[in-house]
Formats: sequence, structure tokens, C-alpha cells
Amino acid sequence: MAAFSFTVNGARQTVDAPPEMPLLWVLRDLLGMTGTKYGCGIAQCGACTVHLEGAAVRSCSVPVSVAAGKRITTIEGLAPDARGRALQRAWVELDVPQCGYCQSGQLMSAAALLARNPSPSDAEIDAAMDGNICRCGTYQRIRAAIHRAAGEA
Amino acid sequence: MPTDVTRREFVKAGVALSGLVVALQLPAYARTAVGALARRGSGATLSTSAFLQIADDGTVTLWLTKSEMGQGVRSSLPLILAEELEVAPEGIRVEQASADPKFGEQFTGGSSSVSGLWQPLRTAAAQAREMLVGAAARTWGVPAADCAAEQGTVVHRGSGRRLSYAALVPIAAVLKVPDSPRLKDRKDFRLLGRSSHRLDTPPKVDGTARYGLDVRLPRMVFACVARCPVFGRPLTGYDAAPARAVPGVLDVVPLEAGEIVAGGFWTYQLPGAVAVVAENSWAAMQGCKALSCRWETDGGVDSASLARIFRDRAAQTGVLGRNDGDAGAALSRAARTVEATYDLPFLAHATMEPMNCTADVRAGACDVYAPTQFPTGAQQVAEALTGFSPAAVRVHTTIMGGGFGRRFEMDWVIDSIRVSRAVGRPVQVVWTREHDMQHDNYRPASHHVLRAGLDHRGRVTAWTHRVVSPSVIAWHAPGSLTPGSDAAAGEALDGAAELAYAIPNLRVDYCAVSTPVPVGWWRSVYASQNCFANEAFFDEVAHASGRDPLELRRELLADSPRHLKVLDLAAEQAGWGGSLPSGRGRGIAIHKFFSDTIVAEVAEVSAGDKGLRVDRVVCAVDCGFAVNPDVITSQMEGGIVYALSAALRGAITLEGGRVRQSNFNDYPVLRMSEMPRVEVHIVESDEDPHGVGEPGVPPLAPAVANAMRMATGRPVRRLPVAG
Repeated sequence: MAAFSFTVNGARQTVDAPPEMPLLWVLRDLLGMTGTKYGCGIAQCGACTVHLEGAAVRSCSVPVSVAAGKRITTIEGLAPDARGRALQRAWVELDVPQCGYCQSGQLMSAAALLARNPSPSDAEIDAAMDGNICRCGTYQRIRAAIHRAAGEA
Repeated sequence: MPTDVTRREFVKAGVALSGLVVALQLPAYARTAVGALARRGSGATLSTSAFLQIADDGTVTLWLTKSEMGQGVRSSLPLILAEELEVAPEGIRVEQASADPKFGEQFTGGSSSVSGLWQPLRTAAAQAREMLVGAAARTWGVPAADCAAEQGTVVHRGSGRRLSYAALVPIAAVLKVPDSPRLKDRKDFRLLGRSSHRLDTPPKVDGTARYGLDVRLPRMVFACVARCPVFGRPLTGYDAAPARAVPGVLDVVPLEAGEIVAGGFWTYQLPGAVAVVAENSWAAMQGCKALSCRWETDGGVDSASLARIFRDRAAQTGVLGRNDGDAGAALSRAARTVEATYDLPFLAHATMEPMNCTADVRAGACDVYAPTQFPTGAQQVAEALTGFSPAAVRVHTTIMGGGFGRRFEMDWVIDSIRVSRAVGRPVQVVWTREHDMQHDNYRPASHHVLRAGLDHRGRVTAWTHRVVSPSVIAWHAPGSLTPGSDAAAGEALDGAAELAYAIPNLRVDYCAVSTPVPVGWWRSVYASQNCFANEAFFDEVAHASGRDPLELRRELLADSPRHLKVLDLAAEQAGWGGSLPSGRGRGIAIHKFFSDTIVAEVAEVSAGDKGLRVDRVVCAVDCGFAVNPDVITSQMEGGIVYALSAALRGAITLEGGRVRQSNFNDYPVLRMSEMPRVEVHIVESDEDPHGVGEPGVPPLAPAVANAMRMATGRPVRRLPVAG
């Protein structure tokens, strides 16, 4: 066990954890931030996607020791960002979610995409979003919602 | 579920279909409540049913007896209530009902939520509306016929006077509940029949939605459970020390093997297992990994030996599900016969949210926080495990990250109750994805033998279909049903026995086969296998008789107007008959689901260097009245993607009794780059709503198979397509 400090959605956090403990479980079980979801534990499904220094990462596969000293954004911190808000609005307007469980991760991947490519093509969206599984089959709506948010932001 | 249900009743009630589709029984409370004036503080409450309460501040509460797993009950049911009550749907307070006999049997399955609650909710709301109108009329001393309900108020047409529901509740609550309230005419609907936004989206886009895994309670701990990797085999020993050495691990708890019967009908095996209890989920997972368990694992089956058992079983006799004319004689007289066999694999549900449950068992009472499709079942297993009375067991149903039938099972609920009782604290049992994949109740594998006879003019004179598959219902109720019972056959032949094509000699039967593999209800249940066999074979028959598959379907469905309408709509929208470049193919399939919804799908595929790609799926659906067309569209999209994942690559295989797949790397599901263009068209209908959660699934696989046949010239007789 050791102490690790980082910022989550702008707030400084310090946790006492084994260095190999994944960021996902630090967020969910130590910090009580349950918006980030567990789906596979091996970076195959994308449900746990957060931003580490602005880049989309699978928090299930990022040890807390790697996150130490870094800036983390989770789904709970998406709204303050204009692009994040535009995505959330588009998700609501196009009724994207069904069960909704994967959507935190989908939104975080989409936000990272728009941050580096404000106007992505279908192919660029597919490439950026291919690591995020949705079992309810909302892919078509996600793609449309990203286009809509890109047009607004 | 009924306790004294007989096999015959099962079949008669059509419950066959998985035991899930028991007609929604109106709870006694809903029938007898007479304008219950419940005093709460100083407030009066108008309640015409257990589902509905209107407080004297005007708050309308809908007690939701259905589980939200993505299909939209938290939107569709308030919408129905709002329409009939003349209030805004956004203002309705939706409260999840805990398992309670006053609400009747609580389960969500069989695509029955909207269809089952359509009349009860409308009736309860119309009763309340008429009582509120009556209260206003009495207050003003005018005829009720001169008053109307609108936007949460009652207005007197002549004078324009207006009173809010809030003001009217105390007066309305003491009026007699009308026996037969007048339901709104559909032409007057302002909400239903047009697309409206789902009400439950905002918390799903900002991280505040709370799923089962997000339940947090004071003093709560987390646990993972180790089960024998070979189904049903016992634990012979374990070494707890390596698990206890993991930081954060608090306890290692053995769970004894056994069996419980719940609700007088369902039998649940309690595995001999070991739970690792920890301060957090991660520590529990690491502890469980470190735990060294010894299991009896010899003699486990593998997929190849199971396939042989299925084929051998097909040579024996089955239980008849349908026997029109004399199929045997017609086949022997036929000018030409067509024969094919089809094989489908076991499938995992792979819900996005892995199985989990939180229980808090205390002295004399317990709370269960369950993302369950079967709250009544959760209550019953808690009673069976603890000996508590139903009143002492409170089941809190959370929203869930997908259900697809998996959340009808109780294995993960049982885990949490047993572990909480053992440690005397609230416990959240978390299944890892690997545990979830390897200890599912799988969609049964199946083997199908089909024969058709054609006369010298190419007309189809005979059709036989033998289904070989394990029984889901018998797996769950071995004390009440045998795999060879009528009820088991009724379930397993769903969609095979009801073949809609007009063929004079038709014989369908079921050969039950027992395997150690747990089986369960998977989105659309046996229609997922039987529709594939029906519709892929139909194209082989069309091919043999030199007929266009659509034209032959139209001919044999000439007396089924609903089928024809759906078929024609799908074909027209897909541009059936239009030319396609070489290497591409188009296939069609249709299925009437047991909820009475009919879906036809046309798939367009291309077979290129990179393998098969599904480019486009056109779907036409007749689901009766379209309550919320956009939700229907999304359910069709979802069913298509779920079925496409399975058709392309879904397979659970066994080796030495163990499931070989463990996660999304070896049980791949459809990703965005593989998503076809999906177009959904809804047939206009005056019938009551029929349910849409499952019916999008069955036609997809055969439509893809038929398209592949056109693209490659080779029939597809085995799923998944990728082998």
C-alpha cells in the first residue's frame, strides 16, 4: 500500500492503495465515483473509459501508480466541457442509450475524439469508437449523435 | 409463478413459451380498491390501483412493477398513464415497486411489459380521471359531461372554470371507483402513437444512473465467488491462505452444496463454492484468483461429444408439437424431397453489466438490491435461504446494464444472500466478466432435421422439422417437469410448431436432450434457433423448386394478411429484386413471435477478401399499436445487433467440461465498424400493442444466411457463420 495523488475532474484526490490497483476500482470503490463502469477488466469493452491527461484510456488497465500526478476526467466531469455538454445533449436528443451501461465509456471516447478531431468522418468515428462495445446495439445512434455534437460544438 | 401448475395448463396457457409469459394477473388489490382514501399526515390520496396514486399536492406516482433493462419501460409505462390521465409524462414520479403480493407476480420477460400493462394502466388512469372530473362537477354543481380533464386540471367547458387535480383529490378520493371507465379513443391520443423522448436518458449520460453494481451501503463489503469450472462438480478442498494474504481481503467463506425450491416451482442448485470477502471489488477479485481450490473435474463433456449426442438423439422419436395431414406419406409420394440439418451453438448472454447483487441479511430480516428481471423470484429465494417470511424480505430492483433473459436467473442473487448471511454485513457479490461468461445459463445448442416434399409442379406438399435441444423450463423445474414433457416440448418448439406457411402435411416434434450445461432464456428464446432452421430451410426449398424466395413466401402466406403486409413492406423498402454487384447477396426472413408481433428482415451482405460483411438490414415490424415508434425502432435495432453478434461469431464451446471462452476477446460481439445500416419500418395497426423487446432477433440470422447463399452460392447450415 502506498499513497497516490492525482486530480479527478479538477479536484485533488489522494488514496492509499496497492500500486497495481486499477484506476477503475480506485474511482469506484475508494472514491465512490460509480459513473465509470466495469465491463471486462481487460480493456476489451471500453465501459471504463476515462481521460488521462485528455486522452481516452481504459481505466481497468491503468494501475493507480501510472495515474499518480496526472489529470483525470470521468463521466461526472464531462459537463463543464462545452464539447462534453454538446455530446450529452445529442445523446438525449437522439435517444441513444437503452440500458445505458456502456454510455459513460462511449461518451468519454467520443469526447476525446472530438477534442482532437472536431469534425470526424464516419470512418474516423468508427475507428475511434471501435473499442467501445454496446450490447443494446446503439452504434448507429452513437455515430449520428457524434456528428450532431460536432456540428454544434 | 403458479405453484400448482400442471403440464397441460402450461401448454394451454401458451406459457410453454418459457414459463415467462404468464398472463399478467391483475392483483386482487387493483380489483377491489374502492377509491381508497389513505390518510398520510393531512393529505388525501386518490388510488384506483396498486400502480397509481395521486396525492393532494397533485403528484402522480406510478409504481413500476417492471424492470428497466434498456427496453424503455420507465418511459413507455408513464406515457400510457399520462395519456389516459391527461397529465404530462415528465411530471409523473416513477417509483420502483419492491416485490409485494399486492402487485402480483413481478417479472419482466416475454416482451410483455407494455402489452400486459396496456389495459390495467389505462383503466386505472381512466378511473382516476373520471373521479376527478366527477369531483369537479360536484363542486361546481354542473353535469360531469360538461367537464373535461386536461393537463392535470379539470375544466368546465361552459364557464372556463378550472380546478387542479391537487385541489380535487380529497373530493375525488371518496367517490365510487367507476367499474367501466371510458378509455380514450385512439384518435384523441396526444402522446401515444408518436415518437417521444425517453424519460430516463439524462442520468445515463452524466454518470448518475445507479445500476446494481453501483449500490453502496454503510458497512458494505465486496465478494467474489469461486465455482467449479466444470458444471455441477463438487469442491473437494481449498487453501485460503494465499487469498487471505492479498491486501484488503477480510474473509474466506465456504458455501455448502445444496438445493432449494423457491415459489414451490423453481429449483436452484447451490454450488459447493468459496467466497472471498474484501474491502473492495478489486481485492475480492485478486483474492479469488489467489485462492487455491480443488474441484472434482474428471469426465467433463466437450462440444464434439455433445454434437454426437444431439445427432444420435435425432434418430429417436420425439414429442409431437404439430401434426397436420400425413407428412410421412406425403414425403414418400413426393416427386422430389429436400433435406437439410442445421446446428446452432450454446450462446452466452454477455450483458454489459456483469452479474452482481447486494444483500444485507440481518437477524430476522433482509434487503436484497438486485438488478433482476424477476423480483418475485429474488424474494422467494431469499425466503427459501433464510426462512424469513415474505414481509421480512425487501427486494429493491435496480436498473440494469442489459438483461436479455440472464437476469431471470437467481444464481448471483443466491450468492449475495449466502455470503451476507455468513459475514453478517451487507455484501456486494461481483462476478468478473470471466465468471459471467463461464457460468451463464446459456442459450441451448440445437440440432434441426428438416425435410420437405415437392410435387411434380414444384408445390410444397410436406414439411417436417425435428428439434433436438436441451429444455430450459425443465432445467429450472426438474421437480415439476421432465425434459420430455408437453410443457418442455411446447417451449422448445416455439416458432417451429407455429410455422405459418400453408403446407398441407406438416409434422414438428421435439427430442429433448440432457447435458450438464446450464441453460436459460436468451432474448427470443427458442425462436432464435427455430426461426433460423425454418427460414434458412425455406430458401433451400425455394432454390430446389426454382422459385424466388420472396414469391414462394408470398404464395404460402396468402391467407396470412398480417404476414403479407410485413413481408411486402420489408421487401419493398429493401428494393427486393433489384440487381446487386457480384459477391453481394440479399436474403429475407420473417417470423411471428409468440407475443404476436411479426417481423421481417432483409439483409444485404458482401462476401469479400476480408470475409463476410453485413452492409444493410431493412426491418419491417407489425407490433400492433405503436405506443412510441422511436422506442420500437430502437428495440428492433437492438435485436438486430444482438442477433448479428451471435450469427457472425457467437459460440460457447466446451472442452473437458469447461467453457473455453472467457471474455470479449474470445467471445467477440459486434463493434461499431461492423455495424450495418439498419432501417426500421413500422406497419400501422389498430390492434393492441404486442411487445417489441425480442421479436427483432429471430429473423436476422436466417436473413443473413439466405443473403450469404445468394452471395456465395453455398447454403449456411451452421452458426456462427465464422465457424
